[in-house]
Amino acid sequence: MGNYILKRLVSLCITVAGIAIVTFFLSLIVPIDPLAAIAGPQADPETVERLRAVYGFDQPLHVQFFRYVERLAHFDLGMSFQTGRPVLDDIIYFFPATFELASIAMIIAIVFGIPLGVISAVKRNSFLDQAARVISLIGVSMPVFWLGLVLLLIFYFKLSWLPEPGRLDIMLIEPPRITGMLLIDSIIAGDWEVFQDALMHSIMPATVLGLFGLAGIARIARSSMLDVLSQEYVKTARIKGLSEFWVIVRHAFPNALVPTVTMIGLTYGGLLEGAVLTETIFSWPGLGRYLTVAFLTLDLNAIVGGTMLVAISYSLVNLLVDLLYAYLNPKITLAKGEG
Amino acid sequence: MTDTAREDALKPEVVRQMRRDARKRYFQDSYTLWKRNPITMIGTITIALLILIAFIAPLLATHDPYEQILADRLFAPSAEHWFGTDNLGRDIYSRVVHGSRLTLMIAILVAVISGPIGLVVGVLSGYLGGWVDEVLMRISDVFLAFPKLILAVAFAAALGTGLENAIIAISVANWPGYARMVRAETLAVRNSDYIQAIRVLGAGRLRIMVGHITPMCMSTLIVRVSFDMGAIILIAAGLGFLGLGAQPPSPEWGLMVSDGRDYLVDQWWVSTLPGLAILIVVLGFNLIGDGIRDILDPHQRQS
Repeated sequence: MGNYILKRLVSLCITVAGIAIVTFFLSLIVPIDPLAAIAGPQADPETVERLRAVYGFDQPLHVQFFRYVERLAHFDLGMSFQTGRPVLDDIIYFFPATFELASIAMIIAIVFGIPLGVISAVKRNSFLDQAARVISLIGVSMPVFWLGLVLLLIFYFKLSWLPEPGRLDIMLIEPPRITGMLLIDSIIAGDWEVFQDALMHSIMPATVLGLFGLAGIARIARSSMLDVLSQEYVKTARIKGLSEFWVIVRHAFPNALVPTVTMIGLTYGGLLEGAVLTETIFSWPGLGRYLTVAFLTLDLNAIVGGTMLVAISYSLVNLLVDLLYAYLNPKITLAKGEG
Repeated sequence: MTDTAREDALKPEVVRQMRRDARKRYFQDSYTLWKRNPITMIGTITIALLILIAFIAPLLATHDPYEQILADRLFAPSAEHWFGTDNLGRDIYSRVVHGSRLTLMIAILVAVISGPIGLVVGVLSGYLGGWVDEVLMRISDVFLAFPKLILAVAFAAALGTGLENAIIAISVANWPGYARMVRAETLAVRNSDYIQAIRVLGAGRLRIMVGHITPMCMSTLIVRVSFDMGAIILIAAGLGFLGLGAQPPSPEWGLMVSDGRDYLVDQWWVSTLPGLAILIVVLGFNLIGDGIRDILDPHQRQS
């Protein structure tokens, strides 16, 4: 196991180096002159040349690349043109909102996805199974941004059951920022009005994001449950007279959970993607919207830094999931000999 | 078996006949499975309709999709304008019909660009092995480290907006998955008896890769690409929606949804109807993909 972890960490380092190269390449092809952005529109050519030397843009590419890596090693991602603050500070500031949203979405996806998958497997090929299949297919086929707009139209504009886009009613004051997650901060501050309002605001965006992950979780839960149900020990449990309910709950379900846990990890990464579109529609002040604005305004440092951090955290999640999987399923250590 | 029967069985025309029968049986079984599953049938019909609509779009459209008649702006759906009109007085039905061409074109082009890249990288990596494999797989690992949509959005933004760049950006995000799959397939066949036989006969590496390994990987690749069609269309629509894909006045569906956002409250049709078109087409592709999974599943075949 130790060996396996070490090997994965080494390959993670190589991947992170590759991510740095790809993002550097990205910064080269962005069709704006970063100098013009730094110097401002009124700068005279002389100043621009001087700045070129200051920022090292007159150096050959490989020198520029090493400088870039050096800055990364000091966690310096440069300034964002959009907010005028260091990109890293921005990301740390906006991340909790996205994490909060993704976590609520995840809870929705798990609470509905796993039972849906388990029931489909137990009642295989029944009407219920077919219906669950069609529902999850519709779930993956739905454009996230369209679903968001339709929900807004129905539940906010027409029925007024749920509040407007955003994170909190403008009349309410945010609790002191501790974790950056409104639901948790409001509990700490004991401000139940804010808690309730923040929860109401998160229902629609979290549902949209949750549906994004639900289908995958339901499908994996179904197939791993089918797998487990055909095993000998399940038959044994039945033969010894256990009721079908306990066979499923005690014997089949815990083992079917292993692949499902991996899927849950992967879905977390997928939610980061979904967040880009969801946050744009629901004016949710998180990382997704920050990135979207950066992409649209060609905020170079924010694009490069944001994309890089998303990729690194995505790889980290994948690594954790693999390790968790290896831990839960002892058979996987075979992979050690493979390569 | 008598000697003559055994000799008969080895005659080329008999072998060919047997092979032909086996293939026919395979197709017949596939057809039976396809017919048995209503979900797949609905998907196939949807996509057949999409292709038909894309081909005869000018005949189906009731108006010019680009003509702006400001006096007719934001009309509700009616007999004259089946899906209503948008904020510039363009007929939404005609635009959705013409948009089907763009959607189909994006899906096909991304498949045609990223499929072969994945094929070449995968075959080279799997067959040559060694440092070539190591380098190519590390590169694809790096690309797989990015969430697909984020990578596509980043490249679309960096390359500059527009449909062509969106297609390139999606392809950049798409090929590593194919390369991985083709490599696995190549590893599975590279040491099989028939490849070794050809090698002993003196075939070069290039000849083996192009003539014997590539064809073996094609069917899996094509199936995989067809699974991905829906996802490709969703990413393209997402890019259009964010303003990083197709640009106005192009009747791209994602862009049309975005155009209608400001009119959501009172003119719901501007945004929702093009979005519904995306949903139907993506669902069609996914229904087919789900069906193919079943048809290719050997467990299903025996019954």
